Amino acid sequence: MISFILRRVVYTVPIMLGVSLVCFALVHISPGDPLVSILPPDASVELQEQMMAIYGFDRSYPEQFMRWLGLAVQGDLGNSIATGRPVATEVFNAVGNTLILAVTATIIGFTLGGLFGFVAGYFRDSWIDKLATGISVIGVSVPHYWLGMVMVIIFSVELRWLPATGAGPGGSSQWVWDWEHMQYLILPAITMSVIPMGIVARTVRALVADILHQEFVSGLRAKGLLDRGVLAHVIKNAAPTALAVMGLQLGYLLGGSILIETVFSWPGTGFLLGQAIFQRDLPLLQGTILVLAMFFVILNLLVDVAQTALDPRLQRG
Amino acid sequence: MTPQPCPSETPLVKVRDLCVRFSGTPPVHAVNSVSFDLAAGEVLGILGESGSGKSVTLKTLLRLLPERKTTISGTVEVEGRDILSLQGRALADHRGGVASMIFQDPALALDPVYTIGQQIAETVIRHEGVTRRDAMARALEMLELVRIPSAKRRLDNYPHEMSGGMRQRAMIALALACRPKLLLADEPTTALDATVQIQILLLLRELQQEMGMGVIFVTHDIGVAVEVSDRLAVMYAGSFVETGSVADIIRDARHPYSKGLLAANLVGAVPGTRLDAVPGAPPPLNALPEGCSFAPRCAHAEPACGLSPLPVWTGGGGRWARCVQASRAEALADSGARA
Repeated sequence: MISFILRRVVYTVPIMLGVSLVCFALVHISPGDPLVSILPPDASVELQEQMMAIYGFDRSYPEQFMRWLGLAVQGDLGNSIATGRPVATEVFNAVGNTLILAVTATIIGFTLGGLFGFVAGYFRDSWIDKLATGISVIGVSVPHYWLGMVMVIIFSVELRWLPATGAGPGGSSQWVWDWEHMQYLILPAITMSVIPMGIVARTVRALVADILHQEFVSGLRAKGLLDRGVLAHVIKNAAPTALAVMGLQLGYLLGGSILIETVFSWPGTGFLLGQAIFQRDLPLLQGTILVLAMFFVILNLLVDVAQTALDPRLQRG
Repeated sequence: MTPQPCPSETPLVKVRDLCVRFSGTPPVHAVNSVSFDLAAGEVLGILGESGSGKSVTLKTLLRLLPERKTTISGTVEVEGRDILSLQGRALADHRGGVASMIFQDPALALDPVYTIGQQIAETVIRHEGVTRRDAMARALEMLELVRIPSAKRRLDNYPHEMSGGMRQRAMIALALACRPKLLLADEPTTALDATVQIQILLLLRELQQEMGMGVIFVTHDIGVAVEVSDRLAVMYAGSFVETGSVADIIRDARHPYSKGLLAANLVGAVPGTRLDAVPGAPPPLNALPEGCSFAPRCAHAEPACGLSPLPVWTGGGGRWARCVQASRAEALADSGARA
């Protein structure tokens, strides 16, 4: 097991290198002038070239990449062009906020999704199944920015129960787990939880239904296990696949949803990414994407390890 | 051949007029009016081709058929207890405690993500309420009993880490862990290759005698059935068509279907000639013909075969056959003897 984990960790190094190259290339291939947001439209060619030199945009791409990567490894992602603040600070602030939102949404989404899916799969073709499946289909299909706006209209504008936007007093870097702040979290978290809920529910339903049709379940009943004993076996058999899907979903959520964070002005990575794109803030964009991609890589690593620990067939071979 | 078991007062298993229907469009009549007894310590082989209802009969004894889609009528008793009325915990106590089952393919019937040791221990804990440690000790004992080499190490193996024969041994160990009175074997050697088959059969026979269990052994392989059984029942299209001791049926089968099965055996076949197979296919179970279900495939069919109820010929030692000609042949012989 330990050698497997080590091997798996070593594999992530080339993946991370590749990811950083792709993310650098994507940002630089896209058209447009990175300095447009800080230079006046009538700036002289001389000034433009001077600024290009300051940010290093005048060098060759390989040179820029190596320099950026070298600094990134040390934790320095450069400075934002728009604000002049270090990208690393901006990103990690945003990551913190997105984590709060994503983890909350994940807990809601996975709990409900797992529950709906399990019940639906266990009582397949019953009315409970149809209800749970209906809810999950709606969850997957409804555009969440639309849902977000509807939630704001109902709960903030009409009922005035919850605040519509922002992350509470203190703005983006002052999160505290008290009602003052948490009331800001409720609407975006529920909105964000709807998609993973639907996907997890559908996956778990299919898994459970499939497992219940396998012969070993007859075997378990034949040896006299009660329903709860059989249930434990079903859960352990469904866990590895369910976990893989959940890991992927968590990855998406950690990436922050640009749409949801924009609708609710939640100061997370999605919001930051949106800003960086509209302002053509290359260092900020590059840094944010890199950090998010790394999250994905690490998360996949964790899911792989957990899956292997749960399913003996994946290893030992 | 083992001596015939003496008929005791209450048989271990008593099945009367068992009918199993699967609802659906159209509904399927999987088992039609099957009756038999099994004495303690006796081995009954149920012989029949795929879809003849032999596995369904077996699963009824553990009530393993999907409840919502199945209608069961008749009487099924094990040790005098009515199995069809068992519910909840009483049913679970019956399964694995009084009667247990060996499945056709242990690769499918064992949980892939639990070790063999865990799966056996779980059963023991469930039925005997012992500690985990004691249950594991029993699991080890069982693996040794079925002669799995380096049993201690195998306890921690997952099913996919074992060979087919080893898995079936583990399945047997699991089924026998709580010393059941009745063992139901559903084609336990079909998924194995020939050399392993015979080892498993010998092991089963030996354990059956050692533990004095009653066994119902379902198979489509007449050679296997003869090897393990005291008594045979030949099943066709959901009904028993003939039963008798192994010796009687092999020597003197009365039903044309039993004769056909015997003739289609490789043993004694002349190389280079075609096997004498039974022509045609069984009738669909949702539309059984009136009278004898086998008549459409029978070389000796006559108009009387289409009439219900069919006459039942009975011979000595509890053997019988449901066939027009079997009973008439006997009647002729009798009248001839009297004349």
